[in-house]
Amino acid sequence: MRLPHRLVAVIGGLALTVCPSRAEAHLVTTGLGPLYDGLLHFALTPEDMVPVLALALLAGLRGMSHGRRALFVLPVAWLLGGAVGLTVHGGVSPLVTSLSFVVFGGLVAADARLPLGATTLLAALLGLGHGYLNGSSLTQPGLGAMGLLGIAAAVFTLVALAASFVVPLRAVWARVIVRVAGSWIAAIGLLLIGWALRSGA
Amino acid sequence: MRRGPALALLAVLVSASSAHAHVQQGQAAGFFTGLGHPVSGLDHVLAMIAVGLWGAQLGAPALWLLPVTFPMVMALGGMVGLLGVPLPGVEVGIAASAILLGLAVTSALRPPLAAAVGLVGLFGIFHGHAHGTELPAGQSALLYSMGFVMATGCLHGVGIAVGLMHRWPWGQTLLRAAGAVVTLAGVFFMWRAIA
Repeated sequence: MRLPHRLVAVIGGLALTVCPSRAEAHLVTTGLGPLYDGLLHFALTPEDMVPVLALALLAGLRGMSHGRRALFVLPVAWLLGGAVGLTVHGGVSPLVTSLSFVVFGGLVAADARLPLGATTLLAALLGLGHGYLNGSSLTQPGLGAMGLLGIAAAVFTLVALAASFVVPLRAVWARVIVRVAGSWIAAIGLLLIGWALRSGA
Repeated sequence: MRRGPALALLAVLVSASSAHAHVQQGQAAGFFTGLGHPVSGLDHVLAMIAVGLWGAQLGAPALWLLPVTFPMVMALGGMVGLLGVPLPGVEVGIAASAILLGLAVTSALRPPLAAAVGLVGLFGIFHGHAHGTELPAGQSALLYSMGFVMATGCLHGVGIAVGLMHRWPWGQTLLRAAGAVVTLAGVFFMWRAIA
């Protein structure tokens, strides 16, 4: 028995209407492949970019050795954390991001004179934490590892640029501007904690 | 029967597109709303500019310590406000901040650094709490906060830039006059808060 064309069309249309295609969580596609998608993802995610910037400023204020240490430890830790996130896909409270704003921004504002080991530890913690968050959100098949690599490359680039900009600063006013930027980052983090707690995160 | 393909085409056209989970919307609006919030009230604007003026008058290290302290403590007050914790006399505190900061600039007051930072921090709590309770829902929290903090910092920057005229004798007089204007405005805000 043949169904009327109109009925076929309506059924087909309904099927198309109620059938959503793939869900793309936090993903911006460049059309250039997952590596560039990862790069762009980082560039469009201030939740990740601002704490990385804060760490780069902190390391830059402490000098060249700290800058170099952050430059290499952070992306590696980011990759490790991301690999774990890709495997586990667990959820993390947004408070983690807010706390990293407060901690790293506060340290920059205070111009904390940390030893090299502390900078290394902070870079590792930041990389592992935010990398894990990234890895957990990169759920689209084929994106994971390459996307993560793109993010790590973006992290490396940002740290290299920001730290190398701050390291040579000697004028007091220039270093004060960096510290003011740190206080702004910490202030943003405090407000974010308020938002997160208000929304019951 | 030729309407069948047309109907199918229509169904395709109106069908749902890709479901983008956590799609980012209104980001720019959130940033600009945050940017505009601190400058939406004259009481906030004058107090924040006065912080910069006073810092410039006091010179280093107060010059940078006050603008570093204020946003952080203000954000702390904002967090308290966001959490719904009540703070009595917020409007009176804001008006008092304009009066006292204006008086400090007018009289070129030079208290110990800790006292200046403590005073500015205390006022920051009131300003932050007022902003925290007024924050609109449905905005991007991060970008709103970024705009909000940046605007506050820029207001301090304006105060510092204007306050740099302190190095000239005529500038010192003008700066004191500006402090008097802030004080008068503060008295008006206080009258409005109490009445």
